[in-house]
Amino acid sequence: MTDSQDTPVLEIENLCLSYYTRAGEIPAVVDFSLTLKQGESVGLVGESGCGKSTVAMAVMRYMGHNGGIVGGSIKFKGRDMGSLDEDELRKLRGSEIAMIYQEPMAALNPSLTVGTQLMEVPLTHEEVSKEEAFERSVQMLADVHLPDPERVMAAYPHQISGGQQQRVVIAMALLSKPALLLLDEPTTALDVTVEAGIVELIGELSEKFGTSLLYISHNLGLMLEVCDRIGVMYSGEVVEEGTIDSIFTWPKHPYTHGLFGCIPLPHADKNARPLVAITGQLPLPHERPPGCNFGPRCHFFQAGKCDAETLAMEEVHTDDDPAHRVRCQRWNEIDPEDAIPEGEKHAATEIGETVLEVASMQKYYEVRDNSIAAMISGEGVKWVKANEEINFRAGRGETVAIVGESGCGKSTFAKVLMGLETATDGEVRLEGTNIGELPVKARSPEQLGSLQMVFQNPNDTLNPSLTIGAQIGRVIRKFGVESDPTKVRQRVLELLDKVKLPRDFALRKPRQLSGGQKQRVGIARAFAGNPAMVIADEPISALDVSVAAAVTELLMDIQRENQTTLLFISHDLSAVRYLSDRVIVMYLGQIMERGQTDEVFSPPYHPYTEALLSAVPIADPEVEKRRIVLEGNLPSVMNPPKGCPFSTRCPRKLGEICDNELPPVQFAADRHAIACHIPMDELRKVEPVIKIPEDRLAVGAAD
Amino acid sequence: MLIFIAKRLGAMVLTMLVVSILLFLLLEISPGNVATKVLGPYSSEEQRNLWLEQNGYFEPLWYRYGTWLGNFATGDFGDSIRFKVPVGEVMWPRLWNTAILGFWTFAVMIPLSLTLGVLSGMREGSMLDRSISVTSIITTSVPEFASAVFFSAVFVFGLKWLPGTSAMSSGFDIQQMILPVLVLVVYDFGYVTRMTRASMAEVMTTHYIRTAVLKGLKYREVIMRHALRNALIAPFTVIMLQINWLLSGVIVVEFFFAYKGFGALLLEASLNQDIFLIEACAMVAVVVAVGTQVLADIGYTYLNPRIRFA
Amino acid sequence: MATVEATPEGRQTTGGALLKALKSFALLKESWVGMVGVGIIIFWVLVAVLAPLIAPFDPLATMQPFAKPGAVYAKTGGTFYLGADHIGRDILSRIIWGSRTVLIYAPLATLSAYTVGILMGLAAGYNRGWWDVVLSRISDIILSFPVLVLYIIIIATIGASGINIIIAITFASAPGIMRIVRGLVLDLRNRDYVAAAQTRGEPPWYIMLVEILPNARGPLIVDACLRLGYVIITIGVLGFLGLGLPPPDPDWGGMINETRSMAMAFPHMTVFPCIAISSLILGFNLLADGLREISLRD
Repeated sequence: MTDSQDTPVLEIENLCLSYYTRAGEIPAVVDFSLTLKQGESVGLVGESGCGKSTVAMAVMRYMGHNGGIVGGSIKFKGRDMGSLDEDELRKLRGSEIAMIYQEPMAALNPSLTVGTQLMEVPLTHEEVSKEEAFERSVQMLADVHLPDPERVMAAYPHQISGGQQQRVVIAMALLSKPALLLLDEPTTALDVTVEAGIVELIGELSEKFGTSLLYISHNLGLMLEVCDRIGVMYSGEVVEEGTIDSIFTWPKHPYTHGLFGCIPLPHADKNARPLVAITGQLPLPHERPPGCNFGPRCHFFQAGKCDAETLAMEEVHTDDDPAHRVRCQRWNEIDPEDAIPEGEKHAATEIGETVLEVASMQKYYEVRDNSIAAMISGEGVKWVKANEEINFRAGRGETVAIVGESGCGKSTFAKVLMGLETATDGEVRLEGTNIGELPVKARSPEQLGSLQMVFQNPNDTLNPSLTIGAQIGRVIRKFGVESDPTKVRQRVLELLDKVKLPRDFALRKPRQLSGGQKQRVGIARAFAGNPAMVIADEPISALDVSVAAAVTELLMDIQRENQTTLLFISHDLSAVRYLSDRVIVMYLGQIMERGQTDEVFSPPYHPYTEALLSAVPIADPEVEKRRIVLEGNLPSVMNPPKGCPFSTRCPRKLGEICDNELPPVQFAADRHAIACHIPMDELRKVEPVIKIPEDRLAVGAAD
Repeated sequence: MLIFIAKRLGAMVLTMLVVSILLFLLLEISPGNVATKVLGPYSSEEQRNLWLEQNGYFEPLWYRYGTWLGNFATGDFGDSIRFKVPVGEVMWPRLWNTAILGFWTFAVMIPLSLTLGVLSGMREGSMLDRSISVTSIITTSVPEFASAVFFSAVFVFGLKWLPGTSAMSSGFDIQQMILPVLVLVVYDFGYVTRMTRASMAEVMTTHYIRTAVLKGLKYREVIMRHALRNALIAPFTVIMLQINWLLSGVIVVEFFFAYKGFGALLLEASLNQDIFLIEACAMVAVVVAVGTQVLADIGYTYLNPRIRFA
Repeated sequence: MATVEATPEGRQTTGGALLKALKSFALLKESWVGMVGVGIIIFWVLVAVLAPLIAPFDPLATMQPFAKPGAVYAKTGGTFYLGADHIGRDILSRIIWGSRTVLIYAPLATLSAYTVGILMGLAAGYNRGWWDVVLSRISDIILSFPVLVLYIIIIATIGASGINIIIAITFASAPGIMRIVRGLVLDLRNRDYVAAAQTRGEPPWYIMLVEILPNARGPLIVDACLRLGYVIITIGVLGFLGLGLPPPDPDWGGMINETRSMAMAFPHMTVFPCIAISSLILGFNLLADGLREISLRD
């Protein structure tokens, strides 16, 4: 370790990785180079299928029996990983190189206690006694800020929460003080407030132990918070690399530009500054075009130049980063001002009369507790309050967003609206009729047709056995829009046009479509019966950024055209800020805050909104953010706090009143309500969480 | 946990009650038939009526069922028509013989199929895996009566190594056990092997196995400590349920090798319309089957910490 | 794009269905195990269809008792390729004609069990609640019997005949099929496309038969092949125990039963029918394995 100051921890040169399938060799990663110095953190960012995780697995030399290194080298502290035998490899894994995984629950063995799994690390790699291994594990659990480490040691993985599981995985990775830590989407499966805590922890620990990080994520905003340098990957290649500042301030590659155009940054606006999706689709690995892989989707594509030969990385000397490199033939011909084509601007839609009115809606679930204690105390039946006191209105053409983390009750609310569940109390009026207690079976075809839904999971939204045309056609006939077969057919084709899909898709089965295309069909289906209102339950959360941007724009175009009311349910605050007119913030079944979008996103805030805003990573280095990291876990819906649901984690908690009494609803402005014990005057004094520089907004205003 | 066990036992008793009602209805719904079966086809009308009256068959149905069930519960199964002795006297020794046969079958089959299953699931797609797979498909395709024929043809008729019947007429003889056990094992091990393999293969692709490998554990430790514990939960249930299958298998095997066991007795009883013997044997078979199922459920819960500490 | 004559209804034409069948067959080619299975099954189907043409003798004619394989029948000069049984019937001819019995009763019984099992499973899995409790309880009780015990009791009560064997097999297998279908339905009913169908007011039968059942077909086809093999075993075992189809029609299990007491002296009488039945079962098991292997691939 004496010469480690000079030798990079990880040095990858011209690495090529391939998988071998029945269809032949599939190159997963091509010409990948990277140098990682001690204590440095480098990010790899890209959409799914770009090969970023494959790189991490290759560093571990764990590619399964059908994958392998085809060319280039991986050197760890100067040693060529390719030349190591199984035994030497094993000594590196878990001791010098450790990994943190995407899904902590899956990464931990369900039938061994956390303690056993932690202690294995020192016991395997160092000659220590069991007592010492135990001591060190407990210490490490304390270092990752887990309360009551001894109890966690004895627990099985399923007995602790997702955020705690990820902390255990981090503790496991750091127990042997590795020189290199690989992080493969470590926070993607977690709620955003939990994510913020984990991100902070990773930063803190890597500094404490001097560990180098290779951080893999699809989230550009997150990269900004954790990395020194990043590489942007596209279709198996790095297309651009450089320091965070350099890439975020002077992006060169059209794909990097395109990505920034797809992200709903705080200054984006659905009318004045709409998102610009990248056209086309990611090519399949065996269908990559000659020359530049991004060519077919690029606005600057020039036949003969871009598709002629395999491209190499070129250095871009920018002012503060001599190592900024890009894989593009025409990078110096691109004017950053027109790098992203302008989106189509729209006038703000007029919001019409009230379409949906929800008044004191409640949804309780009955849960039977069969434990002996419950039987004795006579509390065999418990009520889970999935929704409590839901109040709001939505007008024609308006977009209302419900935002919240898992378990906040937003999906339950959607089910009640759709009639898949019925409300326990209160009213849900759709165009004047109370439908809250009307199950779907009891609704008339007109009622069904006027309220439709776009679902979350693209792979689940369409029946795999039926053609696209048959599925849309069925809806048209069912809602009585058309019944004559020729007219139905005509209408199906029109709807496909409307969602910008080729007409011959009518004959295809869902598995022949990509995720984004399936989601478009889902939108076509929802709008087939000319609904008054559409509920979109996390419609873009399973999609890649560039695809999500396209689907978002499509959804809003159709909404605008039909003057449909849109209820947008999401956990993604950035998307919500971008597209909604009004926002409802929910936590554990209750509304914490509701109001106009700009009201909710600026003070006075509910303390939960404030924390949520701070937790969301923003891919813009100019935006200043005040850090608020919440302590503790999301309480279980089964056993919520007695008073304010947020009282267990609230950084602004007043005292016992928060624990014991439901907070009053205070109005900051007309229809801007905050449920909190803190007096409104105090809340008004809170500083904004996010400061967007004047010039960003100015550009927006000038347009 | 206690509640869980109590619930399972309760369900078991309920099942048994329903089964007993079914059996009773199926076999005793028409008293005339019962009398014919007991007294033989050449009995006169008066004889039958007299017998029916003596045995309380003119009482209402529910009353008859109640008495029948009461007798059953106290171990009084009635007299066997064919053997002319109380059913219990014929049945219990036969059941013991079958237990011995079952014990040896399991003693051979469990270690064999678990080992093969784990070996083949450990490296899915390897040559070893493929050959074990194909072998187990072939062995499960040969019904017990066919493999009994094949083995007899080879070991009894061809090589003259083993006796062709297992009547044990001159006391217990281990040699006579070999063929019945062999037939049962050959037919059954394939299924357990395939289940074990599937379970093991699934565990090997989980992320926690990847975690264990990337922790730097030795392959042996990954298998022994991380994989086996999870992979053997499913086969445990399969093996317990296999007892139910075995009860079917022994009927064929005991019949073929003239082994004096419970399965052969049940078959004989039904071929001879020995009604009380059928009832008793069927009830015992169901008790054994349901009992093992309850044990399997309890064991599964115990083995799986995700359920144990839910 | 506009020139494409799209039929959005996408109804299956006969030609389309045929094409699809051919396609899945082409997929099967990639699994040699599956191909061997298909080969064996096709062989037996051909034998059954062509039985009158290829059987050397009348399967019921009593000719030369205890003839060894290869012996020549003096009267006509025909050869007993596999020998003759104890009352002089040609074994090869009886195996050939016996394949008809198996290939008629086994698929019929399986089909009947599947119809009942699928309906039960759909009703229990989709409706949940009381449907589920009652149907699951019923099948638990039936499944708690050792299968053969159940067959023996049923056949002993209702008597041995073709239709009764189908009834018995349906009664004993439908609960197992129901359990599988129910499990698949419980998973599929939570899919968004089912919710979409519910929210457009589709009736339950439509959701069960159009939205759910077709998407459960993969595992069910594999299971059907395995079960077909198992039904053949069952028919064989019943024949072997003397509870099968009444003589004298040729039935493989029955052939073994009639001659097994002479198996020590004349093994050919029992061994050949055993080979026949085992090979047919193997065919279905191999096919099931091939299908499963392919379904795991995509």
